[in-house]
Amino acid sequence: MTALQPSPSAPPRSFLHRVGSYFYAHPNLTLALMLLLPVVWLVVVYLGSISAMMVQSFFYIDDFSGRIVREFSLDTYQELFTPSNIDIVLRTVGMAAAVTVVSALIAFPLAYYMARYASYRVRGLLFLGVMLPLWSSYIVRVYAWKLILADEGIVTWFFNVLGAGGILDAILAIPAIGGRSLSFSFLGMFIVFVYIWLPFMILPINAALERVPKSLIEASGDLGAKPRATFMNVILPLAFPGVIAGSIFTFSLTLGDYIIPQVIGNSSYFIGGVVYVHYGTSGNIPLAAAFTVVPIVIMIGYLLIARRLGAFNAL
Amino acid sequence: MIAASSAPSVAVRFSGVSRHFGAVKALDNISLDIYDGEFFSMLGPSGSGKTTCLRLIAGFEQPTAGSILLNGRDVVGVPPYDRDVNTVFQDYALFPHMTIGANVGYGLMIKKVPKPQREARVAEMLELVRLPGVANRKPAQLSGGQRQRVALARALINQPRLLLLDEPLGALDLKLRQEMQIELKAIQQQVGITFVYVTHDQEEALTMSDRIAVFSQGKIEQIGTPATIYETPATPFVAGFVGTSNVISGELAQRLTGQKGMFAVRPEKIKLCPPETVAPEESCQALGVIRDVVYLGMHTRYLIDLDRNGDLVVIEQNLDATSMSVLDAKGRRVKVVWAREHNHALIDTGGGA
Repeated sequence: MTALQPSPSAPPRSFLHRVGSYFYAHPNLTLALMLLLPVVWLVVVYLGSISAMMVQSFFYIDDFSGRIVREFSLDTYQELFTPSNIDIVLRTVGMAAAVTVVSALIAFPLAYYMARYASYRVRGLLFLGVMLPLWSSYIVRVYAWKLILADEGIVTWFFNVLGAGGILDAILAIPAIGGRSLSFSFLGMFIVFVYIWLPFMILPINAALERVPKSLIEASGDLGAKPRATFMNVILPLAFPGVIAGSIFTFSLTLGDYIIPQVIGNSSYFIGGVVYVHYGTSGNIPLAAAFTVVPIVIMIGYLLIARRLGAFNAL
Repeated sequence: MIAASSAPSVAVRFSGVSRHFGAVKALDNISLDIYDGEFFSMLGPSGSGKTTCLRLIAGFEQPTAGSILLNGRDVVGVPPYDRDVNTVFQDYALFPHMTIGANVGYGLMIKKVPKPQREARVAEMLELVRLPGVANRKPAQLSGGQRQRVALARALINQPRLLLLDEPLGALDLKLRQEMQIELKAIQQQVGITFVYVTHDQEEALTMSDRIAVFSQGKIEQIGTPATIYETPATPFVAGFVGTSNVISGELAQRLTGQKGMFAVRPEKIKLCPPETVAPEESCQALGVIRDVVYLGMHTRYLIDLDRNGDLVVIEQNLDATSMSVLDAKGRRVKVVWAREHNHALIDTGGGA
């Protein structure tokens, strides 16, 4: 009986105990302390630098002195919309769109298998396989692909062994996407982009598919839908936010990348490369900033369209 | 031999059906008939095989052995979308990205029924489950009870010959559950189709069913009407699972009834009397001490230690008693008395409750 009564002389509480109790009693203070660092980071460092960049894009370069004139002007944007620059933007957006669509097409079946069929063990191995490339340097992997796609590389060799060297030559002879060899063509660049960004498409789609309860799929079949109809009416709409999330990664990462077009491809400019050149080589910071605004605007437009299409309805 | 015309036609027939998952025998050599138009419940604790049985009828699982006939047609290997059966899922399984109207009309949409007819049918079904005017809302905007009705409307719109319900009321609170029990039964009578109802709640099964199959460890212990199951449980498991029972066996059984073998007696059939009471010769009686008293509001449960080994649970209605007076009874000597006709011989399956 005595054990149940509160002990009359409770030991004095430690300092840490009292601090803990104070925070427990003031949850808003605790929350504020926890959010302080991320909010400072987001507002000051992140949004601050983006705004600074936006502001820069409204300055202009004095043609005569080559100095930046810190006055509001649309001159830089006028320069941005010259035909050669528009070409660069269209080329980049086209590449990003192609990479995104093909990544989604490759990623979906794999993510679907991982989420719905793979055993626990196989799923773990597949996750490892998807993540493993991210453990090594991006530069190293891009240069490895340069060797793989080169004229003397394994892909050409493989085509020749199969006696299909002619097919590869025919592919490379296609205007626009072809080139001297795979490593000097848009096609090669595209292959490397898809390879590099594929994990960022697989993981969100997989996460979305794993959240689709099995009973929904059973319910659809129960109500008479054949597997194809179930896929189109239930699985795909519910997994679509994952596809959109993945496409935001692949699309925006391709828009901004400036290494792959430099290493692989025929030295045509992409947005990332142009920003690099204007900023680093020619010192035209306003034009570099204006070029950087382009992907931001494109992404905002993309998200608005995605929302209009109902991509976020299932969230 | 009964003439075929007088016997009700069989909606579902299981013959020697087993479903094994590796070494686990979820269902083991089950045979049963479910008749057209009846409200048939499968009752049992979790893991007893009742849900597996339902999933076999729906086609989500395939049997390891045996045959399943739906309306006379062998359906082993037939996928769910080719069966004239619909299911109300335990978690309702409403499509979260569709409106209520699209959810209910899903089966007709798959059948390519034109939109105007579809919408008319959806409105009709929502009327049936007493949820008119919610067609444009999303499932997340409805309460649990409303979602449950939507799931029912969705499963009924295809006019299946058989409706499967997998613990559909499990997530609802007691009051709503009791309301829905009555409503489900009414809807079943209105649409006149066979309901197969899975539940672990014996009260629910007793309230709603025409017949009940009691499951335990992948086998059927007993099939019968609610009254049969309750009044004359066939096995110790049924006696213990459906209501509470005193299952008495061995020497105590011999002493109380003068017969060998196991029997059950319901706690509400036993009367508590003062120890000196002279009970009729033919009734069963024993002396004991009240070891424990549980006040349950409407009635009180007493645990009696019998003088000569064994204990009994007795339930008495609190006709005149108050909580104070019943709790006072603890430790009192009593005589327990019940009429011999309330003893029900059990088949000793070795299962136990």
